[in-house]
Amino acid sequence: MANDGIGASVPRKEDRRFTTGQGTYTGDVNLAGQLHAVFVRSPHAHAHIKSVDLSEASKMPGVVAIHTGEELEAGGINHLICGWAITSKNGSGMRMGPYPPLAIGKVRFVGQPIVAVVARSRDQAEDAAEAVQIDYETLPAVTNPVDALKPDAPAIHEFEADSSVWEHGRAPSNLIFDWELGDAAATDNAIKSAKHVVKIDLVNNRVVPSAMEARAVVADYRSSDGHFTLWNTTQNPHLLRVVLSAFINVAPEHKLRIIAPDVGGGFGSKIFTYSEEVVCLWAAKQAGKPVKWVSGRNEAFLTDAHGRDHVTTAEIAFDDDYRMLGLKVDTIANLGGYMSLFASLIPTYLYAPLLSGQYVIPNIHVNVRAVYTNTVPVDAVRGAGRPEATYVLERLIEKAARELGVDRAELRRKNFVREFPYQTPVLWKYDSGNYDGLLTKALAASKWDDFEARKAEAAKRGKLRGIGLSCYIEACGVAPSSAEGGALGAGVGVWEMAEIKVNPVGTVEVLVGTLGHGQGHETTYAQIAADRFGIPIDSVSVIEGDTDKVQQGMGTYGSRTAGNGTSAVYRALDKIEAKAKKIAAHLLEASEEDITIANGEFSVSGTDRKVTLTDVSLAAYTFHKLPKDIEPGLDEKAYFDPTDLTYPAGAFVCEVEIDPATGTTEVVQFTAVDDFGNVINPMIVEGQVHGGVMHGLGQALLEEAKYDPGSGQLIAGSYMDYCMPRAHDLPKSFDHAFQKTPTPNNPLGLKGCGEAGAIGSPPAIINAITDALGTEDISMPATPEKIWRALQSAGQNA
Amino acid sequence: MTTVGMTVNGDPVSVETEDRTLLVEVLRDQLALTGTHVACDTSQCGACLVLIDGVATKSCTTLAVQADGSEIQTIEGLAKDGDLHPMQAAFNENHGLQCGFCTPGMIMAGVDMVRRLGKDLDDETIRSELEGNICRCTGYVNIVKAIKAGAARM
Repeated sequence: MANDGIGASVPRKEDRRFTTGQGTYTGDVNLAGQLHAVFVRSPHAHAHIKSVDLSEASKMPGVVAIHTGEELEAGGINHLICGWAITSKNGSGMRMGPYPPLAIGKVRFVGQPIVAVVARSRDQAEDAAEAVQIDYETLPAVTNPVDALKPDAPAIHEFEADSSVWEHGRAPSNLIFDWELGDAAATDNAIKSAKHVVKIDLVNNRVVPSAMEARAVVADYRSSDGHFTLWNTTQNPHLLRVVLSAFINVAPEHKLRIIAPDVGGGFGSKIFTYSEEVVCLWAAKQAGKPVKWVSGRNEAFLTDAHGRDHVTTAEIAFDDDYRMLGLKVDTIANLGGYMSLFASLIPTYLYAPLLSGQYVIPNIHVNVRAVYTNTVPVDAVRGAGRPEATYVLERLIEKAARELGVDRAELRRKNFVREFPYQTPVLWKYDSGNYDGLLTKALAASKWDDFEARKAEAAKRGKLRGIGLSCYIEACGVAPSSAEGGALGAGVGVWEMAEIKVNPVGTVEVLVGTLGHGQGHETTYAQIAADRFGIPIDSVSVIEGDTDKVQQGMGTYGSRTAGNGTSAVYRALDKIEAKAKKIAAHLLEASEEDITIANGEFSVSGTDRKVTLTDVSLAAYTFHKLPKDIEPGLDEKAYFDPTDLTYPAGAFVCEVEIDPATGTTEVVQFTAVDDFGNVINPMIVEGQVHGGVMHGLGQALLEEAKYDPGSGQLIAGSYMDYCMPRAHDLPKSFDHAFQKTPTPNNPLGLKGCGEAGAIGSPPAIINAITDALGTEDISMPATPEKIWRALQSAGQNA
Repeated sequence: MTTVGMTVNGDPVSVETEDRTLLVEVLRDQLALTGTHVACDTSQCGACLVLIDGVATKSCTTLAVQADGSEIQTIEGLAKDGDLHPMQAAFNENHGLQCGFCTPGMIMAGVDMVRRLGKDLDDETIRSELEGNICRCTGYVNIVKAIKAGAARM
């Protein structure tokens, strides 16, 4: 057979339907008699709703129903929730403001849904939505997280006076939590007694996730038994099901089937529960007909959870030999107008523990204040907390090297963690790694040592050339349940589940609770199953994204499929293998211990006696001649809860050329060396790196979800205003290499790869720009205007 | 309502549409050709690219009535007798797609590039010619590779 197994760059099985137009995304699903929902959204960032007049709209052609927040509330529908409880350092719980699926009384961000119009056609629903009259009393809005903490900031939610002790008596009205990690006193002492201290102030720019497929919902209701079916653009159908049923109460869990058909990218934005799926389920039940909603791109900009948006001050201390002594980080995180499903997790446990980076830093203290603003909720976007941490640490170290006059690479190398497992002072225990190896490979591949010659050559052409470095650490898996779930505040377990069915004819079905939305799961999982039996991947089907088929699952986010999903598949294959060997042994009249598997055949070692996988599976189902201690059938299920997270790492080198006349930056060379542990399909994994690096390049150079501070309007609200990376932004030369240090935390030694590029690339790019310009004062996105202005002011100061 | 007659992937079709209806809506909703996607509404992303009389055109900014009398080719019409078009095959072989949502538009853009510029396309040309197509997944590295390889085989 062809080598379809683990380690082979097999072209993807799923591609044929996507390249021929046969993919089925939620928006492609159409049910007989379906109605269309259109949402009337707030044009104001902050306002009281004085009145809602539906009289004209309800008379419009084709209108079937118009739903309001009051109606949903009366119907027992609960609010959207945040599923991760964070406790402030004074012991107070996080302050979660009410988040009704359709606004009641007040709106807190532009785009918040207030009324849902359901009509026979989408055009009719849109026409009727225009006729809904809402009278607002507008209120002052605040969109910047620092401003939101000021005493005179408009209060976005109304909380009871908090009796617990806050720094200045009462908590600022928009404070959600004031949380810390690490030893404050020890860190302060380390900084006080240090020989060198370097400080940096940074803003991590707000970004829009921007999956090319916008969100969509098709909700169906069968009145005879009260059963719902929801087709939805979700990264985690089972998690969505439990939230919609147990928490929001819109449908009972055992009568709610969720189908995520092909999902066109997510980058985090499709993890969360949104108003639209709640309202469409409700509307389908009321109408007794299917209800469909497909987001326009404008709605996606206004309502998909955004990412990042941190304001941070950080300082790092070194001894006289440039060893790191302490790191102190103070961050204000913007969570928007309401708390999205995992909003609280991102700037806390996915951020602060990553601030140890690849380094031995004996003392770390991180303080995070999360705040409400009049902006769309902020939650996970590719990397989720980890890019923010890496940006802080890697910019700070680069700045320190320059300020202290030491080599940037050597300053990092001197402080690398070298013994594993390594317990950081901020919770995480690194599993394995070889950071020296990564840096050495990256420096060599990027020809770091010859940079000065390239810089001089560029200068002759009138270009400013700079080189930057970033050594990132990631924490993947969002697991284990015991740590993250139990101790750190998760409302859910974070294991994964897989079921393997060997059919009577010997073909294999892998059912797994993750949800691929571009990552090539259908091929990767098939390779693992094919590898076990020595069969072609065409004999394997992979099924995800249907709660009626896949029994349980936690979905795909946080690069958790590699560690958790594949491990669940692996464990289920172990069980299949054990049973299949038992059956084969019986058929071959041999001992189980003597059975070996290769090329789809079970052989008795040392003999030519063998049966095929089909012989075994057929025997399992016909069950004519198997002993009574074997049950019929050949399907097995396994849950996998890892012992710990996995910690991929990498070293990125970026080289840029800046045109001083225009301020334009060109990324001329990008070198990425990643350690993802073992790799199933190198071609797919490399594709994840390409996409991740480009995503990070977008954040570093192009993208900013900018709100007008006065009105709270999203200024960058379409692809005409929000600058997505395009093909011409690609680094001129892009090199990638793997280093493989397997993790001991799962059976295949996989660490995860989906987010690494987006985590490591922004600081590498900005460090290259600051190197070229000779100033640290550059913020993301480093637009030509910002760079040109920096050059002008440097020129004036010179 | 207006009657619009077109040839779509070789088949003559006649549809009744409102004058405000977009070509992409007719293709997707009335002809069930859902391989053509809408991803931006502002003519920026190219997910809706189809060939109208052989020329790549954004069907989200074309009124259906404008296409009256035209020959339309969508992604569904590219493979012949079960054999992938060289551009489709090249996207698979070079891992030029991840989630697949932008892919039909990317493939159409590649086909159109060859029509205008020939089979021998260098990286820089492809990068620049893809200005009207957005992909969030791939970082474009393998899309450029796929178009180059597909073009050479056309």
